[in-house]
Amino acid sequence: MNDEVRTSKLDELRVVHRPLARHDQAEKIAGTTRYAGDLVLPHMLHARLVRAQVPSGRILRRDVSAARELPGVVDVLLGEDIPNNEIRVDVPGQTIEVQPLRASMQVLATDRVRFHGEPIALVVADSEDVLARACSLVEVEIEELPVVSDPAAALAEGAPLVHETGNLLAEWTIDRGDVDAALAEAAVVVEGEYRTQFVDHAYLEPEAGVGWIDDDGVLTLRVATQVVEHYRDVARILGLPEAKVRVIAPYVGGGFGGKEDMTVEPYIALAVWRTRRPVRMQWTRNESLLARPKRHRMTMRYRTAAAADGSLLAQDVEILADAGAYAYLSALVLLYATVHACGPYRVPNVKIRSRAAYTNNPPASAFRGFGGMQVVLGYESQMDALARRLGMDPGEVRKRNALVRGDRLPVGQELITEVQLPQTIDAVRERAGPKPQPSGPRRVVGRAIASNFQSYGRLVWLNDSAAAWVGFQADGSLTVRCGVPDIGGGQAFSLGQIAAEVLGVELERVTVHFGDSALTPLAGTTTATRQLLMSGNAVYEAATALRANLLAAVAAATGDPVESLTLEPGAVSGPTRRVPIEEVLAICRRGNVPVEALGTFFGPKGRPVTRELAGERIFPDFTFGTHLADVEVDLDTGQVRVLRYIAAHDVGRAINPKSVEGQISGGVVQGLGQALLEELVVRDGVNLTPGLFRYLMPTAADVPDIEAVVLESGEGVGPFGARGIGEPPIGPPIAVIPLAVADAIGVQITALPVTPERVLAAIASRRG
Amino acid sequence: MSEPMTMDITLTVNGRRVAATTGAHLSLLRWLREVAGVTDPKYGCGEGVCGACTVLIDGELASACLVLAAQVDGASITTAAGLCEPDGSLGALQRSFHEHHAAQCGFCTPGLLVCAHALLRDARGRLSRQEIREALHGNLCRCTGYQPIVDAIEDAQSRGVQG
Repeated sequence: MNDEVRTSKLDELRVVHRPLARHDQAEKIAGTTRYAGDLVLPHMLHARLVRAQVPSGRILRRDVSAARELPGVVDVLLGEDIPNNEIRVDVPGQTIEVQPLRASMQVLATDRVRFHGEPIALVVADSEDVLARACSLVEVEIEELPVVSDPAAALAEGAPLVHETGNLLAEWTIDRGDVDAALAEAAVVVEGEYRTQFVDHAYLEPEAGVGWIDDDGVLTLRVATQVVEHYRDVARILGLPEAKVRVIAPYVGGGFGGKEDMTVEPYIALAVWRTRRPVRMQWTRNESLLARPKRHRMTMRYRTAAAADGSLLAQDVEILADAGAYAYLSALVLLYATVHACGPYRVPNVKIRSRAAYTNNPPASAFRGFGGMQVVLGYESQMDALARRLGMDPGEVRKRNALVRGDRLPVGQELITEVQLPQTIDAVRERAGPKPQPSGPRRVVGRAIASNFQSYGRLVWLNDSAAAWVGFQADGSLTVRCGVPDIGGGQAFSLGQIAAEVLGVELERVTVHFGDSALTPLAGTTTATRQLLMSGNAVYEAATALRANLLAAVAAATGDPVESLTLEPGAVSGPTRRVPIEEVLAICRRGNVPVEALGTFFGPKGRPVTRELAGERIFPDFTFGTHLADVEVDLDTGQVRVLRYIAAHDVGRAINPKSVEGQISGGVVQGLGQALLEELVVRDGVNLTPGLFRYLMPTAADVPDIEAVVLESGEGVGPFGARGIGEPPIGPPIAVIPLAVADAIGVQITALPVTPERVLAAIASRRG
Repeated sequence: MSEPMTMDITLTVNGRRVAATTGAHLSLLRWLREVAGVTDPKYGCGEGVCGACTVLIDGELASACLVLAAQVDGASITTAAGLCEPDGSLGALQRSFHEHHAAQCGFCTPGLLVCAHALLRDARGRLSRQEIREALHGNLCRCTGYQPIVDAIEDAQSRGVQG
């Protein structure tokens, strides 16, 4: 077995694998957690952005004099006031070698605006009330320019340019085998075109934070973020040494990728730096919906060839993504879509061409699933179409083609861990039993399954790493320090479980300090389903090294062989005696043995990819799963009701089973939102859904219980054999819902969301 | 521009009497957070959709972002923090939320707790899961998928918790 692959045996686990209630949950439930927007500092100022009200134009004039004169206004900034008026979107400090992927935009636009909501001026005042009046006094005159709102139109000859470099933002290709020959010789070829929509993360906590200048002149930001390493970006914008900027991430009120790029950080930093006073910024929900990047809408064309027995022979895929007005992480999102485009299946001949285009729509960037989600609609719709054409069972077609360990993905990456995809298919079907009956005469019921795979851990050529510090206190309690931001998934708590497991400490005696770029070792971003893999392994390594120190010191003191010693709660036990932990620590101090350890985990390595993807390892590993949905369609209203939903994923080893179930049920419901309800509607670049009254999300009444089936192959590249589960569950819902509706009404809806209007149109098309 | 009109407002928040002279235009949400220093009701949308600012005003459910503090002068306000025991430990409904992992990011949790409290307090007879779900429709959660929240309320009900 590859030495990256980790495993664990259940009977050896004491703290890990238990469904422990988290202490952070208790504080949140008591109402005492102080989120980024809850902190109040003496003499604190407030800041707000003036944003473009048109999607495309040239800035002719900006006049801030009236705003400046308003009593209570402390400062008004324009782009010219910023030392380096540029936000560079890359992976902080790590993507020097992939220059072409670097994206850039102005912090405050000075001459050109490219989307509705783009920041133009920053107002700082001594109260929220003054702020609102002051923003309305900033005069901005914009000459409107042509709007490009469709990615295909953006790439057409003569389209107005969103950026002078051209509207093609990124392009990836995979070319493997001979697709044309396979298509010509195949028993069946099915074709389909699928469309997904813009979707907002819509976490409950809008972007917020407070900044101040701390001792030693360190500019400190306490903000809702998934990435404390943005302190580097802030330093660059302000022209400060990186060591003079600190970012603290308190418990975050939801992220889902929407707090991966910077939001309030540069603006709070600028306001603090100029005024030398504490500053708070709180985006409204309107701003959040207008101006923070969205999930890419994509158009996907598939041609899929198979033999008569259902074996896949070829996939020919074209993807076009709407990246909106600025690049952000679009090139990488598109790369994920490309690598995941053929699904968890073995395909010998593959041709994929994917492109992302600039438009004057809201920018698109990271969102749970990160390009690996949209393509589930494409490849799973194709699998069902294939099953129908061949008269085969949808589960059998999937199982016949399921990847196994040792297979290579179209991109060339070899799978190094066990793949339990067939087991997930069996699991959801066994649990589901027979298909339910309709509840009335004008109602029909449908059932479908959808499988997926999703990478966990970042692209291997980003040279990812995470560090963590683990140390005993004199009384035997344990401190863990790790720069992980905790965005609600139990990221910090899981690290405590891992350290407690390895070091034989009771969990109640472990404290995890997290999310501080100055005081906790940097652990990288809480994104890409990477924290359990990266920080989990870092804590595991630090704890393991510390354990070895302690046991060696006790062995030297007692004469017991080191292999005969075990660390258990409160003591080291050996054949001759049991040494209480306080004494163990005293032995260490006397013998100059450190009672703390820093662990750094380095992710797997790979070469930077070129536009033609071939023969390379791209990701550390993948998580596989299958969902099943029963839906009932009202033939008169087009209403779709989800009757039953079952979701199975192989998570390798569940570090906290309740946290795993929470990721699955939460991911599924967020996916059901995209499948059935949500759409950020943009017309000619103007956002028509900038409030939760118009942006419909699932409520408790809209969804059924989500039956999570947690399979454990016991194998993954995370600690104890864990696989990541943050992103994987969001993918299948957007396929399984239209497929279940198709089973009910006999026509597949290929554009999301599956609204009553689309269902009625599909039913009408059947009659026609 | 003239200064905003001010008003003397007195509210009893989670049993604590708070009196202050503040802008008459302040929403109850801003008043609780900025004047009373009670930060568990959250700003999530400002238009009464998300439910993150749900509180009880003299026992009645309300979105604190849609009510002016001045409108409810003299009222008694209960937030999620007010559901704790006098010693600060979790109340029975809160303990059920904790045991069922009914909070992930936790930002929606205070509002949901207040809603669930009123639901159990007012329930006549045993509520079905669907009835619980319908009753929560004014409180959005983006992390949990709602399931553990429904579990927690159902379990609290079966243990005889009445709000």
